[in-house]
Amino acid sequence: MGCNCCATEKPDVYVPQAATIVRTEQMTELERFFEIRLDSGQPLGHGPGQFVEVSLPGVGEAPISVSSSADNNGTFDLVVRNVGRLTGIMHGMADGAKLGIRGPFGTTFPCDEAMKGKDVVFICGGIGLVPVRSAIQHVLNRRADYGDVTILYGTKTPADRLFVDELSAWAARDDVNYMETVDRADAQWQGNVGVITTLIPKVAMDPQNTIVIVCGPPVMYKFVLVELIGQNVPTGNVYVSLERHMKCGVGKCGHCQINGLYTCIDGPVFKYSDVADVQEAI
Amino acid sequence: MSIKKITRESLGNWVDALIAKQRVFGVKAKGDRFVYDLLGDASELRLDFDVTIMPPKKLLLPQTETLMTFNKQGQYQSVTDAEPFVILGVHPYDMVAINQMDAVFQKDNYDKHYMARRQNATIVAVDIQNPSSNVFAAGMGTATVQDGFDVLLTLIGDSYVIDARTEKGEVLLADIAAAPDASATDLARREQAWQCADSFLKMHSLDCKPEELPALLGASYDSELWAERADKCYSCGSCNLVCPTCYCFDVQDDMNWDLETGKRTRRWDGCMLSNFALVAGNHNFRKNKAERYRHRYYRKGKYLWDRMEQIACVGCGRCISACTTKIANPVEVYNALLEEK
Repeated sequence: MGCNCCATEKPDVYVPQAATIVRTEQMTELERFFEIRLDSGQPLGHGPGQFVEVSLPGVGEAPISVSSSADNNGTFDLVVRNVGRLTGIMHGMADGAKLGIRGPFGTTFPCDEAMKGKDVVFICGGIGLVPVRSAIQHVLNRRADYGDVTILYGTKTPADRLFVDELSAWAARDDVNYMETVDRADAQWQGNVGVITTLIPKVAMDPQNTIVIVCGPPVMYKFVLVELIGQNVPTGNVYVSLERHMKCGVGKCGHCQINGLYTCIDGPVFKYSDVADVQEAI
Repeated sequence: MSIKKITRESLGNWVDALIAKQRVFGVKAKGDRFVYDLLGDASELRLDFDVTIMPPKKLLLPQTETLMTFNKQGQYQSVTDAEPFVILGVHPYDMVAINQMDAVFQKDNYDKHYMARRQNATIVAVDIQNPSSNVFAAGMGTATVQDGFDVLLTLIGDSYVIDARTEKGEVLLADIAAAPDASATDLARREQAWQCADSFLKMHSLDCKPEELPALLGASYDSELWAERADKCYSCGSCNLVCPTCYCFDVQDDMNWDLETGKRTRRWDGCMLSNFALVAGNHNFRKNKAERYRHRYYRKGKYLWDRMEQIACVGCGRCISACTTKIANPVEVYNALLEEK
């Protein structure tokens, strides 16, 4: 086992770096937005679709998707749903509060590879918009590099919609085809009602020339993927971002395994053709 | 490197000399079973053990270990274990498991906590003198081992062949430099002991070669065997805890009494426990016993093979002994799957 000095000199992959909440605001009843800056002054250095481990001393860590592209001015965005101990405490944190960050971890949406020059369709259900927003921003900041851009967004109710100003901005753009739907409307809702799969046939797709990004709750994938395959989209053109409990983030602790894959290092973004036969994936 | 021959009595003196110099963990009796524990003197050492209750992984990846300390302001300080120690009495199957764990913790992202402890460890392996009632190492190709350890002890008659394979091992042998070199006859007897182990350490007989298991499992995902056997599972995780190749862990924070400082610890976890794949929002990605039971066998027989070309079952038989409902025998599982084909 070699010499006695190497291990202690290596960086510790489990130790977070200090970061500060630059701005935070409530987005919905359950979701809160955080803009974060690393205290080192360095950018996070992430790609679209990656995640970080947020660390609070005495509380622990939670894997959270990065919601912004790397184009922000040295900060990055997180959107946190209040569903547990750490996320509950985060919801009580104000501008200027400190937290620990590890990462970025995992694979990215292929914005600079497979998607370039192609038509792109983003399909997001609920908080599935959170990681996908990083890719949408990346693409829209380099709009000329892509063909048609379509964004489909579905939520349970109008009150669950995230980033409402950005949704309006996307809808207003001539070079973006934006459609949204809700499962259950309220009295004010004028738009589509129905599950997100009802939007897919409304997209005029050239399947061979289209890359589709899908992210949403576990149940959504089954139906969306059936619809896409029905539209003759090759499975190699579809990318999914999957959720598991990425506890360590470095491919060791075992919690995020999807059969033999580790969501934290092999994912969270997977090409669908790579996981279509992986039984636990979808 | 030296290969010496020493009597049992000289071995005891050598062990006492080691204990005088550094921490030595060795195999001791505990009731009618055996455990790794800090040795007080050589008389406690039982190299005739059949199998230990817990594998030596507990010395390299402790049940609980501090990864870092922190204060409430969010300053974290990495903690690594820097004190050298000796593990005395590692059976070949457990050595194979340690070799696998070394690869896991070095690969992809270097885990300095495990690796620091591993680099501080000097391992004295010992060939098996008494088989345990459930060992099947011969079928897994792990009844003997030729790498990973620093020193190998093999009992021949009333003496030990003591074989240093690394610089660290050579340092350990310095105290017995005056002992005679093992003769060609001694080495031939050791060869016989190895052949004997490779043939007979087989209380359960696997009906295929270990390297055929990935393909067997690849074709058995939808077998009804998983649900049938898992039906009796208590999801207690005993099979995980005693397994020398299980390394999954949980990480938790503990505040100190001052409520200002604390530590982040990692503890063993197990994929058979019901909440292992639970995520926030109460969605459990492996909520059925059968899914968890199958996952464990796939992890041993296929998933780690797919990543590192190693079977993560070394035939120690501890899971067989630990399982209350007698469903954990890997050989029974694999042989039943073979029969289904």
